[in-house]
Parts: sequence; structure tokens; C-alpha cells
Amino acid sequence: MAEKEVWITGVGLLSSLGEGLDAHWQALGEKRVNADDKRLAPYVIHPIAPVSFDAQIPKKGDQRQMETWQRIGTYAAGLALDSAGVKGNQEILSRMDMIIAAGGGERDLNVDLAIMNADAQGKLPPALLNEKLMNELRPTLFLAQLSNLLAGNIAIVHGVCGTSRTFMGEEASSIDAARIAVARIGAGQSDIALVGAAHNGDRGDLLMLYSFGDFALKDQYAPVWARRNHPGFAIGSAGAFLVMESREHAEARGAKPYAKLTRVVADLAKRKQPGAVTKSLQTMWPQLGVSNDNAVLITGATGAEPATGEEREFLGQHPGLAVRATGTTFGHTMEAQFPLGLALAALSISRGALYPANDPTGLEVEKTEAPTQIVVLGVGHWQGEGMALVEAVK
Amino acid sequence: MTAPRDKFGRPIVVVTGMGIVTSLGGGKTDNWKRLTAGESGIKTVTRFPLDSLKTTMAGAVDFVTVDPFSSTSLSQRLAEIATEEALEQSGIGSKGDFPGPLFLAVAPIETEWPQRLEIAREVPTKDFGIIDYLATCSGGKFAHFHRRFTFGSVALNLAETFGTKGSPISLSTACASGATAIQLGVEAIRRGETDATLCVATDGSVNPEAMVRFSLLSALSTQNDPPQGASKPFSKNRDGFVMAEGAGALVLESYEAAMARGARILGVVAGCGELTDSFHRTRSAPDGKPAIGCVRKTLADAGMEPEQIDHINAHGTSTPENDKMEYLATSAVFGEHTKNIPVSSNKSMVGHTISAAGAVEAIFSLLTLEHQRIPPTINYEVPDPAIPFDVVGNKARDAKVTAVMSNSFGFGGQNASLILTREPA
Repeated sequence: MAEKEVWITGVGLLSSLGEGLDAHWQALGEKRVNADDKRLAPYVIHPIAPVSFDAQIPKKGDQRQMETWQRIGTYAAGLALDSAGVKGNQEILSRMDMIIAAGGGERDLNVDLAIMNADAQGKLPPALLNEKLMNELRPTLFLAQLSNLLAGNIAIVHGVCGTSRTFMGEEASSIDAARIAVARIGAGQSDIALVGAAHNGDRGDLLMLYSFGDFALKDQYAPVWARRNHPGFAIGSAGAFLVMESREHAEARGAKPYAKLTRVVADLAKRKQPGAVTKSLQTMWPQLGVSNDNAVLITGATGAEPATGEEREFLGQHPGLAVRATGTTFGHTMEAQFPLGLALAALSISRGALYPANDPTGLEVEKTEAPTQIVVLGVGHWQGEGMALVEAVK
Repeated sequence: MTAPRDKFGRPIVVVTGMGIVTSLGGGKTDNWKRLTAGESGIKTVTRFPLDSLKTTMAGAVDFVTVDPFSSTSLSQRLAEIATEEALEQSGIGSKGDFPGPLFLAVAPIETEWPQRLEIAREVPTKDFGIIDYLATCSGGKFAHFHRRFTFGSVALNLAETFGTKGSPISLSTACASGATAIQLGVEAIRRGETDATLCVATDGSVNPEAMVRFSLLSALSTQNDPPQGASKPFSKNRDGFVMAEGAGALVLESYEAAMARGARILGVVAGCGELTDSFHRTRSAPDGKPAIGCVRKTLADAGMEPEQIDHINAHGTSTPENDKMEYLATSAVFGEHTKNIPVSSNKSMVGHTISAAGAVEAIFSLLTLEHQRIPPTINYEVPDPAIPFDVVGNKARDAKVTAVMSNSFGFGGQNASLILTREPA
């Protein structure tokens, strides 16, 4: 049976640059970057742009039940539903499938630091840990932390109620979210799906995990390709959501596509061997069906090594590609990085142009003609690789 | 010979290997023996101090140890044990070379308290803030914590150990996670992407903060004495669930591929269904509508009528609301047939293995089909008159069982159900 064509019919973006597609298109055109090297100095982060969440999360009670990452995600999901023209359409929402890629939510850093300081000073006998947690953790904090509660909040606020699956595992989780959604729609197991992720980079507690491996960018912001001698990722903030549906389903309801999502492939390179990432990308590339080497490639390259170096190696073998690194503009938004790439690819195709390069090293080149094929690339800072091909609808 | 496709023309998905660890023990043999004898794996927790805790018991798996301890490492170890058993039974592939993808249900991962405190003790400044703390985290001394506490770490390690193919998927749909892992595997085989999938669900979350968090949501039973009496699904005096640990692993294959290699068929995943509840973050819609929809979708997916279900392996958490909602939803779908269906909750004995529950209970459902014997719901002394299920109370019951529905109706509105049968239809 022939696979069904999968269209991207809705795109929702909220990031350090602002909200909505027009604002993003303008900011990208102006090469705007919103980085902050003071808030969590020496770490460089990209905080979320100021936003009133009321527009997509009207009930204050709902907002109170969420932490920032969930608000960002629920907001961006709402934008995507709006853009697909299905917001409030109960008939569609009640059977819309949802695949969310999520990490964990914010911890209460004050409580954690108080406990850790008490312990470091010898003032925390083991039994006291329980008491501190029982007395000081907010009961609802758990709900703000659980990975699957971003999906839960989207269901509650927007009524997306078909199926709800939350994938975890840093960058790879959203590559797989897109891959499974496309496979299901392609095979007729699903008609329409909401796929996306959210990330809040303005979090000291989050930096812990990445400090262990010295992955986080310190001291000074630089574009991704200019970090060779000072590697690391600047944690970013974004909610990136897409409505994907079968062409038939979209046409039946008169929905216009931003682009077609032709294929998503994913891999788990055995990274203990040097060069494994480059090899993995070489293996995946022919599976996409890119018709010529003058296509566009939007990468989520993190700027952390050795992964970005291996990716650069691969890109060097395709010198005709017009490359754009989202990490330069948005920082590294972890689970949201791949859907962010998909969103920018769909946006560029729908606008009939690629936004300008932002790269002092010259790896990114300008492209004047309208893009018809955009490859979205995701290489996890630690594990997981994937690619997608986004194309203009013929 | 039976056609290798179901009535919708899709490849039939069969189970050829199962492995299980719960608080009752390791392996199918021990678990089944103790489960059908009505034994409880719930004990007073000895892993950490219990001061200030309202709930002091759990179904912790203490006979498996990991050093240094973390819930993440324990989850991984439990998953490995269950997977080894499932692969051995299935005989598929070869050691370290499983011919399909991995779908892993696992609790969300984060750095845990013993490790947080280990770092804190090395921070040179007094009254430190997060930036001082982060400085101590960096430098490579704690690089192993990055490997341990990334969200993808358990799946990465399992994929490497068992040689599964492609990108392994870690997922969380709360209490339905185990069922979701199976569902993803079923869908992949039905799409024809692969002939086999490894579906694993694991949970090793009995630690102080997890207990505190569930406790602060008033979700846990506080009937600590005796601990084995705490989990009492469908009883009038039930007061919450009991946290537990465990893992379940299933090798799913297309019927065609399993037959071709002469594998023993342990059962069939005839249908799966899922429907989200948008009512509340922790409570199910009291009218049970989403659960009703979930059960109906599952029956439709299997192409079966309600009358064909002859046993329900209930979600049966022993929380006041969820058990009641489960009855409402079940009776709405099954109508008059409800009273003919023996219902049982494994959680009365093993506790609620949360992320693992859907897979653990699917395995118990398949063992029920194999042995034609329904495990009991223990502690069923004071039946709740509002839940007039035919509960298999306290003693196992021999019965003719051809199709089992296994339900997972969980937190965050996550509902998933499976229908398991003995033979391909």
C-alpha cells in the first residue's frame, strides 16, 4: 500500500525571539539573537522572550498549575492549532494524536539548595531529608515536573484528546516523535497529529546535568560555527509545535499546507568510536531522497564537541548545501531543537525564501532562490541522530 | 493453517517471549506461583529512613541490588533482568543482536538525592548558590552522572546491551506507560516496518522524594500496618495506591515471522487503544467518558464485541476515585455482560509498578490465558457496594479464559487498554 503524503498544516513557535511566525521571520531576517551572559553567568543562555500567556492559556488557574516549560509548550501548541485552523474544533481535536518530546520540569531550587547546604554543613541527618521534602515541596510541583504533564496540560487547555504519548531522551526524543507521527500518518494509523516540544533554558537546576559533562557554553556568546576553540551549547528556550496530517485529511477540510514532511530517519550511532556520528549521517543521507546537493539544511548543531565537529565533517562533504544552524540564533533547545528546525523549514518553504546566514566563519552561505527541499538535521549532544526532509507541496 | 493477517488485513502480532520482575520475585515461574497463591510483595520500606513519612510501605524490589544505588540504575537493572528472561524464552536473534527496535517505558529521570548531596559536600564555599554548585558539577569529576541521569540513558544502555536496531524510544505516559510501549511495538509491526520489537517497561522509583511527591498529592495508601493489607482494590475501605517496583519485557513478533522460525506463540496482542482525558491533571473524569472511549477503541481495534471478553485485568489501583471510575467505564461498555466478567487487580499483591504496570499486567494476563487460572484480588474483605464487579476475591479462580482486557487508566489523563488472546483469531 502506498504511503500517504504527510503535510505540515500548522506551525507554532514561541522562543527567545518572540512569538508567532511573522515575528520569527522578521527576527531571522534581521539576524537578531537574544542571548544573556549575565543571568546565570558564567553560563550563556537564551531566555524566552517576554510573553503574556493569557492569549493561549486563558485560565489563570491552569497557568498556576504549570511551570514555565509547560506554559511555553502549551502556548506554542495553541499557536500551532490556531495556525492549522483547528483550534476549538472539537470533532478534530478529540481524535487528534499527540506526540510530545519532553524532559523534566523545573525543580524548586530554593528548597534543593537549602537541603544541600544543610547537608554540606553536617546539619542534615538522613531522617531530616524526608521532613524537609514533606514540609517544603509544593504538592503541585510534581505535576509541573512530570514529563508527560506537558501533554496533559495541552489536553486540558486545548482539548487535544486522541492519543497522548510523551517521548523522553533529550534531542533524540523529538526526532523519534516526528518519525513515529509521520510513520503512523503515512500508514493510515493516524489522520492528524500534534508534534512538538518545549524547553526553558533559564534554569540553574537544568544546567547541572550538562555541567557534569562540561557541555554548557560559558563566558561569551559566539555563533555555533565559531565555537571551535571554545565549544559548548548555550541553553535555549523555545516551544515548537507542528500539526501534521495526511494530505487527504487536510484537503478534505480545506487546510493549506506550509510544506510536506516527506521522511524522517533516526539512528543511534555507537559514539564510543570516533567518527561514528559522521558515519551515521552519511548512512542516513541517501535515505532521505534529496534530489540535488544544492538543497538547504537546517541543523540543530549544539556547538558542543565532539558531536558538532563530526557534523562539520559531514557538512564538509556536501559543500553545495546552504546551511543554517538554529543554535546560533536560538541556543540549544534540547528536545525542542528538532521541531524548531522543522518549523523553520516549513516556514521558509511557505515564504518561498531562506532567511539570511548568520555565521562569521563562512560555513553558512546565502541562498537567493526559493527553497524546495530543506533537510532538517539533529545530532544530539550525547546520543541520537536524525534527519528529515521537508519539501514544497507540488 | 490460520491466515497470518487479522480481519483488517494487518499482520497479526504475537508474543514469543516474556520476562518479569516484581516485588514477588524474579521470573515468570516465581511470580505466577506467588501471585496465584495470593501472596503480597508489599513490605515496610527498609531502603531509607521513614521519619516524617505518612506512607511507610511499598512493593520495593530489594532482592536486586545496584551499587551505587539510584532509582535509575535499579530501573535499568530490572529491565535487563526481565529482558534477558524474555529473550531466552523467545530464542529470537542472538546474544546482543535483537532484530528490531526497542520501546522502553521508564519513569522520568533526574539526578537523585544521594548524588546531589555527594556533590554538595564538595562545594568549597559556605552557603553556596547554584552557580557555586554548578562549578563543582563541572570539571569532569562527575561526568558519570551525565551518563547516568540523561533521560535517554536507560534506553541507550539497553540498546547497546541487547543490540536492538535503530533509535530506541523512551516514553512516559504515567501509569499507562507499559501499555503504550506495547502499543508502539504493535503499531510498528502492523506497519510492516519490522518483524519484531522489544517492549520493555521498568520502574525502580521507591525513593524518598518520589514517595513524598505522591504522598503530597494524597495518592498513596497510609494503611501501613500490616503493609501487605494496604492495597485493597474495589474494597470499601481502600485509601490509595501502594508504590511498587518491577519490570516487564515482551518480545513481539509478526505471526508470520514467528511461525517461520518455529517460535512458540505465547499469546496474541489482538487490540490496543488509547484515549486521553482532559478533565484534570490527577483525577479522571468522574463520568468515565475517556476510559469508556478507550475501552471501545480497543475493542474496535481488535474487531471484537464486548461479549468476547471473558476476563478483565483491571487497572485497580486501590484509590477511591479510580476504582469507582473503572467500574463505571466498564459497565457502560459491557452493560449486562459486566457481571459475567471476572475482574482482578494484580496491584493488590505487587502494588502499583507505575511505569512498568502496563507491561507487568499484560504478562500476568498472558499467564492467565496460559494457565486458565485468574489470580486473585487480595485484601477483598469489605466489598464496595458501589463497585459490583465479579471480583476474583482472595483466592485464585480456574476459569475458561480466551480473551483478556488489560486496562491502564492513569495520571495526567493517560488511558490505554490492551486485548490479549491465546490463539490468533
